[in-house]
Amino acid sequence: MLILSVESSCDETAVALVEDGRKVLTDEIFSQVALHKLYGGVVPEIAARSHLEVVTLLADRALRTAGKTRAHIDAVACTYAPGLIGAVLVGVNFAKSAALALGVPLIPVHHIRGHIAANYLAYPELEPPFLCLAISGGNTMLVDVRDYTDMSILGQTRDDAAGECFDKSARVMGLGYPGGKPIDDLSKQGDDHAYDLPRPAVHGDNPFDMSFSGLKTAVVNIAHHAQQTDEALDKAGLAASLCRAVSESLVGRTMDAAKMLGCQNIAVAGGVAANSRIRADFEAACKEAGKTLFVPPLRLCGDNAAMIGAQGYYEYLAGHTAGADLNAYATMEL
Amino acid sequence: MIYTTHSEQETEALGARFAEKLPAGAVVALYGDLGCGKTAFVRGMARGMGLDATVTSPTFTIVNEYEGGEKPLFHFDMYRLAGAEELFDIGWEDYLARGGVCAVEWSENVPGAFEGDEIVVRFEKTGDSEREITIEGGPELC
Repeated sequence: MLILSVESSCDETAVALVEDGRKVLTDEIFSQVALHKLYGGVVPEIAARSHLEVVTLLADRALRTAGKTRAHIDAVACTYAPGLIGAVLVGVNFAKSAALALGVPLIPVHHIRGHIAANYLAYPELEPPFLCLAISGGNTMLVDVRDYTDMSILGQTRDDAAGECFDKSARVMGLGYPGGKPIDDLSKQGDDHAYDLPRPAVHGDNPFDMSFSGLKTAVVNIAHHAQQTDEALDKAGLAASLCRAVSESLVGRTMDAAKMLGCQNIAVAGGVAANSRIRADFEAACKEAGKTLFVPPLRLCGDNAAMIGAQGYYEYLAGHTAGADLNAYATMEL
Repeated sequence: MIYTTHSEQETEALGARFAEKLPAGAVVALYGDLGCGKTAFVRGMARGMGLDATVTSPTFTIVNEYEGGEKPLFHFDMYRLAGAEELFDIGWEDYLARGGVCAVEWSENVPGAFEGDEIVVRFEKTGDSEREITIEGGPELC
């Protein structure tokens, strides 16, 4: 079954062609980074308008690259929630029109379910049940994936996402945006015990909830103190200490959750999974606990449409299709 | 009015008191540096408005919507925007027309976006966990 899939929930506009949920024929992403470079300045990166301008071009290019025609498309899948409403609407309306014009089913897909499904593309052998930690600039949540379309959130951040903590810490340390990579690179030269950073305390009764806002504030305070007292800031040490703090709060909770569920497979999804400290700590923890770890390559960790095509296939099998009255939603339960 | 809080919890509590009497259509412009408690304040606002929701940072999504109470709360973050024009691009006027409360973090980034009837809340870091919060306009706090 060939699915044309669309993702437009935030900054990236993406279109892909995926076969039977597992095989990616093409995966087109419109990168705003290229636009920034092209114009040498800031472009309204999240405007729905820019999604609208590129979505049809991407779809045509996807078909050309895969050597397919519109007649080959068996269904159209799109991210319908959650996200920036104007942006999501563009993808939803494009998908609706395409499905209607082609006379094929329309499949709505939850964005986070898509991120989890990126693992199916990277690991053909992976099947539910498994535990998934979704960590990105916008989300940090632990998901119990019981089946392809049956899942629930075990815990999530109460404030900032883990990726946001890296981005904003990078900013006060004078590193670039996005901040994940420069902090990761710098941390390799630093002492991870250089700074005593707080382990985010979470109030409430869910042991799997997380918090990263206090950690961000602690980094801001350290940077400001250094500035005010003219003391040299040990940036590498701070980066290493930050990676350690974030990693410890993620890995510890994930391993506890895996133990509680008694599940063998642990998957990680989202851009923050690229952090080498988090990756190494997960590898070590899974090895020690005898668990199997799945971490998709970076290309599949960020926003993309291939993951929507993957999850879309399983939503279709479960009978989750929609009519022309499908709407886009800014927020939506998983 | 100027308020001093000594913890994230106190900032959140102030936000709850502040939001209790906010009318539909209120625009709350928040100003202040990273880690000043803006998101904590808005989390309190949601509670004060009777919304049972996990309020997380909208930096990545630009706006989070919370419904289920008497009126909705729209939590904006202008951190990644470069000017008022981009706020209009994402449908600012549509949100205004929906009869909710709009709380806007990083209002510094969208000068001229508001029409002068917004309530201004300024956050200043006066210690590692002490914050001075200035509220200009809006109803009296309960």
